[in-house]
Amino acid sequence: MSQSTPLLEKHVEAGARMMDFAGWNMPVQYRGILEEYHAVRGDCGVFDISHMGEFFVKGPGASQWLESLLTNRIESLETNHAHYSLMLNEAGGVIDDLYVYRIRELEYLLIVNASKIPEDEQWMRDHFADEVTFENLSGLYSALAVQGPRAPAIFRKCFGRDLPPSRNRVLELERGGEPLWVATTGYTGEAGFEIIFRNNEAAGLWDALIAAGAVPCGLGARDLLRLEMAYPLNGSDLSPERTPLEAGLGFFVDLNKGQFVGREALVQQKESGIPTKLSAVVVDGKSPPIRSHYPVVIGDEAVAETTSGGLSPALGTSIAMAYLPTQYAAPDTGLEIQVRGQSYPAHVIKKPFLKKTK
Amino acid sequence: MNIPENLKFADSHEWILVEGETATVGISDHAQAELTDIVFAEPPKPGLTVSAGGVAAVVESVKAASDIYSPVSGEVIEGNEALADNPALLNTDPYGEGWIFKIRLTNPSELESLKDSAAYAGHIAR
Repeated sequence: MSQSTPLLEKHVEAGARMMDFAGWNMPVQYRGILEEYHAVRGDCGVFDISHMGEFFVKGPGASQWLESLLTNRIESLETNHAHYSLMLNEAGGVIDDLYVYRIRELEYLLIVNASKIPEDEQWMRDHFADEVTFENLSGLYSALAVQGPRAPAIFRKCFGRDLPPSRNRVLELERGGEPLWVATTGYTGEAGFEIIFRNNEAAGLWDALIAAGAVPCGLGARDLLRLEMAYPLNGSDLSPERTPLEAGLGFFVDLNKGQFVGREALVQQKESGIPTKLSAVVVDGKSPPIRSHYPVVIGDEAVAETTSGGLSPALGTSIAMAYLPTQYAAPDTGLEIQVRGQSYPAHVIKKPFLKKTK
Repeated sequence: MNIPENLKFADSHEWILVEGETATVGISDHAQAELTDIVFAEPPKPGLTVSAGGVAAVVESVKAASDIYSPVSGEVIEGNEALADNPALLNTDPYGEGWIFKIRLTNPSELESLKDSAAYAGHIAR
């Protein structure tokens, strides 16, 4: 039996097609995946992301504890700022990728993947430290992502103030006597924000955002949008068997900040050579949409399989990601992707697929 | 939901329009709505022989690939090449320009096991 967010009725009302995602009954689309994709690229869309987990970490030992569990440097994260980070196992493999909001000097809000909530919590409790309070309040909080060029205008309409102009800023507002956090973050490559708030505010905020012009968007559009930006999806593009260095996420890993779980393995891998790289692959001509687990072939050798893929509306061709052996990961390397036994020529490009001009 | 009365339907949501010894096959309005935005179609090549219920074509939406089954046995005489360039025809005109293939029937008695429009309407209402 899958779980539902507080917005289930709103989704059904808006004509959503529901599907199971990581044990959650979520909208995959409303009027159409492509229509919703274009709403986000050209206007503004709103996604229910209430399935994602909210962990609250505070106390005098909070910073040091998170520093020991996450790859990015907490010390350099200012209050009211957010950053992307990874939690690794001892072998340097990815348990989860997450966002850390520093909401007070000694208080953090972690936004984790829905599919990993129990595993993340268990891992963190297994590596507990003194003078830290940890609360998994995923069941009490809902979240919405509002994404697209018109998102700042929609924010102004709904909240009567300007959205912070920079990325990765956190703003604490109040809603119904409880805090509501706004972060200028997202998973689409567009301007926009994500808001985290108590469950009983969900329906009202959903209605207000839609009244202000945001288009309801489902997980289908979300997947296409993030794929064009080559943002990884944990469970598809990230796994406990691959390190963030292989995933091309070295920017979010600080090997010089001191000890953290997985660091030794990463240092060792860096010394011995990174064996594979999560690469962006574009099909040269017309092809079926590439999906996950399709073989990637060079000559007669199957060198990898795709971790995710799709037909890019922006590029007009199929795109995919795959952990290619490092010798094949350079841009312009030619290869083939097999779909139902038929080979389609493709080549490696530099990430992301969609080059945004800013 | 549009269900033309001059067509017969398979439980797997293909329609067939019989004209003498040949027939045209596509997918129903209900099927295209369920599949959502179709972004790729692989119509069969002329000469392919299929048996009733066998895979004759593949269409892919943003989310998934789906097999299209031939409602009858026979030899494909034409695939709709327009679908290769414009697979969205399957969504916008499933009973017209979105046809998938034409087939020469080898066993017309198979048509008797297909549903008429009323029976198909009942099938998708369940």
